[in-house]
Amino acid sequence: MESEEVTTVRARPEPIRAVPVRHPGRWVTVAVLAVLAAMFVHVLVTNDAFNWSFMVDKMFRPPIIEGLLRGTVLMTVSAMVIGVALGVVVAIMRLSDNPILRGVAWLYTWFFRAVPRLVLLAVFGNIGILWSRIEFGVPFDTQLGQLFGIDNLQLRLFGFSSRDILTGFMAGLLGLALSEAAYMAEIVRAGIQSVDPGQTEAAQALGMSRGQLLRRVVLPQAMRVIIPPTGNETIAMLKDTSLLLYVPVSVELFFQLDAVGKRTFQIFPMYVAACLWYLFLTSILLVGQYFLERHFGKGYGPAGRARLRLRTIAAEQGGGGGQGAVG
Amino acid sequence: MSELIPTQTGAPAAESELMVRAEQVHKSFGHIEVLKGIDLEVRSGEVCCLLGPSGSGKSTFLRCINHLEKINAGRIWVDGDLIGYRERGGKLHELREKEVAAQRRAIGMVFQRFNLFPHMTALENVIEAPVRVKREPKAAVRERAEALLARVGLADKMGNYPGQLSGGQQQRVAIARALAMQPKLMLFDEPTSALDPELVGEVLDVMKDLARDGMTMIVVTHEIGFAREVGDTLVFMDGGVVVERGNPREVIANPRHERTKTFLAKVL
Ligand SMILES: Nc1ncnc2c1ncn2[C@@H]1O[C@H](COP(=O)(O)OP(=O)(O)O)[C@@H](O)[C@H]1O
Ligand SMILES: [Mg+2]
Repeated sequence: MESEEVTTVRARPEPIRAVPVRHPGRWVTVAVLAVLAAMFVHVLVTNDAFNWSFMVDKMFRPPIIEGLLRGTVLMTVSAMVIGVALGVVVAIMRLSDNPILRGVAWLYTWFFRAVPRLVLLAVFGNIGILWSRIEFGVPFDTQLGQLFGIDNLQLRLFGFSSRDILTGFMAGLLGLALSEAAYMAEIVRAGIQSVDPGQTEAAQALGMSRGQLLRRVVLPQAMRVIIPPTGNETIAMLKDTSLLLYVPVSVELFFQLDAVGKRTFQIFPMYVAACLWYLFLTSILLVGQYFLERHFGKGYGPAGRARLRLRTIAAEQGGGGGQGAVG
Repeated sequence: MSELIPTQTGAPAAESELMVRAEQVHKSFGHIEVLKGIDLEVRSGEVCCLLGPSGSGKSTFLRCINHLEKINAGRIWVDGDLIGYRERGGKLHELREKEVAAQRRAIGMVFQRFNLFPHMTALENVIEAPVRVKREPKAAVRERAEALLARVGLADKMGNYPGQLSGGQQQRVAIARALAMQPKLMLFDEPTSALDPELVGEVLDVMKDLARDGMTMIVVTHEIGFAREVGDTLVFMDGGVVVERGNPREVIANPRHERTKTFLAKVL
């Protein structure tokens, strides 16, 4: 009996060689998709409306490349830099003990998240109608002057002609950056709140000031949570630079492609060129984001990684203006 | 007058020898009063062990001493300084954030869950506060930090991040981090409660060493052995009040109060 048991334990079982389950459904799906793909290619090649040679000829012209470099790439970088910096400030205000700062920060995020980016940009583009000059000084000076019997009192410190500073580019940058700051504020706030409160306590117990503990202890740890959605924001921002058409900003990729299309009555090829350019630019960012996510998603587990991916999808759908807060 | 009142250990304590004096400390969270009038005196160089069931307010009281919590009534002095307030013309004025931070520099705190900065190495954790807060020259602090880490037995772990250290090692780094500020007083909040049993000893050894060196310590702990061996006084808290206090060996051997007896029976 005993020896028999020993041999059964020791004997290595035969490897499994089972007949795999067939998936006929898969083959049907592949066939259907192949037909659809062939139809799509057929249209691309045979429909003259695409006018490929015209498109290739125009899409690398200097004004278009300049629009791409300044209106799309430089604008994305500048708007994100200002947006992140201002977003950190708004987030810290939002978490402050001071109820006035908290209220102002809430109002700010409420306004800039509630108004669509497209509308915001149209407003900023036409803000020159409100003031021909932008001046800084005592508010309600003329009205206050009348109260004291002084006619036309003007207490202005300095000013500019709005046409000088609110060029299309500046108006567009202001619109995108201010709106981005509202979304970044929500992301940074979520990041700060994700840091263990024990960290703040330990820093306080060591005698650190609020500024020190934010800079040295809390923000570096919040980065783990802040950086992946900031990547999404950057991709969304790059796509949203196309909205600058409504400011309008003329030195910008989509504006230039649109203009060429309208001038030559070849609108469709130029819109296809726009698709290709944006596909190319966002693909570069997506590659960068893949590595960022892999780096910062470490130790999050499958559920955490899925949440990160959800945010990515949200970013892509929110092409018309950033995406919402982080859970 | 004060000389006529004997302290718990029997020796008369002059005002100047007191490191901590708490008078009628009350603390509420919302409607719930957690501390209901705590009096405590800790002399310079004394090791005071704070015992009591979970939820009795030990952590809250410790956090009041370095003003991590604002008290609702009473007074706390550390080394003669009123904590968190300035008394002027019979009125209390809240201290500015900077002044509170300055008071905290002299009070080291060690937490149950270590709270090391995870993005800094052990050495960087220890160097951080003296350099950033006290603005001491980095080279001198570095030397002191290395000596401190060697003293807690971590000379070979200075470059490790907290995530690469065991619980006991992390807690020893946390003690070194607090000591680097050269505090007058050390507060320990259940420093060994989050540790695996085999790691408790190494942390207690560091604390014993510190006590022998004359550090004033308030230690919240469930380690009866430590209280008996190292403690100069034992304070037993329950329900936000001090129930019993005295020499640790006497209280542990002959608890007078029923609640102390029940508690000791559970932890012994
Ligand atoms: N920040 C807080 N807000 C509300 N209640 C609190 C807070 N901190 C502690 N408490 C309550 O105060 C009581 C005492 O807590 P604590 O001081 O942590 O007790 P111990 O350290 O003795 O276990 C508990 O009932 C706890 O729930
Ligand atoms: Mg506690």
